[in-house]
Amino acid sequence: MTSQLMAGKRGLIMGLANDKSIAWGIAKACANAGAELAFSYQGEALLKRVGPLAAELGSDIVLPCDVGDEDSIDQLFAQLEEKWGKLDFIVHAIGFSDKSELRGRYVDTSKNNFLMSMDISVWSFTSVVKRASAMMNEGGSCLTLTYYGAEKVMPHYNVMGVAKAALEASVQYLAEDLGRDNIRVNAISAGTIKTLAASGIGDFRYIMKWNEYNSPLRRTVTQDEVGKSALYLLSDLGSAVTGEVHHVDAGYHVIGMKNPDAPDITKG
Amino acid sequence: MSDVADRVRKIVVEHLGVEEDKVVENASFIDDLGADSLDTVELVMAFEEEFGIEIPDDAAETIQTFGDAVRFIKEAQ
Repeated sequence: MTSQLMAGKRGLIMGLANDKSIAWGIAKACANAGAELAFSYQGEALLKRVGPLAAELGSDIVLPCDVGDEDSIDQLFAQLEEKWGKLDFIVHAIGFSDKSELRGRYVDTSKNNFLMSMDISVWSFTSVVKRASAMMNEGGSCLTLTYYGAEKVMPHYNVMGVAKAALEASVQYLAEDLGRDNIRVNAISAGTIKTLAASGIGDFRYIMKWNEYNSPLRRTVTQDEVGKSALYLLSDLGSAVTGEVHHVDAGYHVIGMKNPDAPDITKG
Repeated sequence: MSDVADRVRKIVVEHLGVEEDKVVENASFIDDLGADSLDTVELVMAFEEEFGIEIPDDAAETIQTFGDAVRFIKEAQ
């Protein structure tokens, strides 16, 4: 379908956890379009998962990186520089909050968890983009993942909604800073998908059902569909698109109230 | 054993790559079957998908063994 769209392009995928990850949908789409990929992981438990998935896409570049540690990010890019010299795109699919604060009230968020969520979910993108852009000699594309909870209040999303709002604002400022070097910076706001990370969010099954009944397409979205849209933003198909938060959510973000024909559902 | 137990065992065998005869009533996912902390979350997600149920976090924490999983799922159905 898109056989050579990404031929000759090299990209780093950060935040792959398992075959349910949105990053996996994106990585597959890029690899199928001819891209050469590298992956970063944090910790042994994730290496065990990322290694085989990378191999499945023909990649043997699997590097450790803890985005909470600037030295670790430096080391990642130093290794990538050594292996590749140049970089064409990065995918940042990283976020973190203590899951005990992804329920209950936002107002009860602790300062520690607030700062950690901002550090891992927001600052890391700016930090990574800065280093990646230094390797993007022929222009490039940077992509992060966000969620509608940045724009409107969604149940239990709490501090992550605040973090994603800051992440979306960062996308705009980074787009302006790097545009003169033909480096594009965008985000995909994906609909609800049951990933490892989503397992930390309270009442997730109910939220999935609600989205399915009330989105214009009357369904949820898949990792592979996010992958296809990511391909557009990462490849030359999106060559004039930057600073964008692109919704891949079956249209849910345009809806103002419950679809009258949708079944009445309760959680549980 | 019941149909539920067979389906749970199949998921555990596939996910953890262990021998079927190791997956017994009191087998602890972490201590006996080599699961790491992400495996336990992934197993719970796989159970939810297979049986169409929701396993809340506080309940998930009580599912330590194969027998715990089978009991919880039978009650939830």
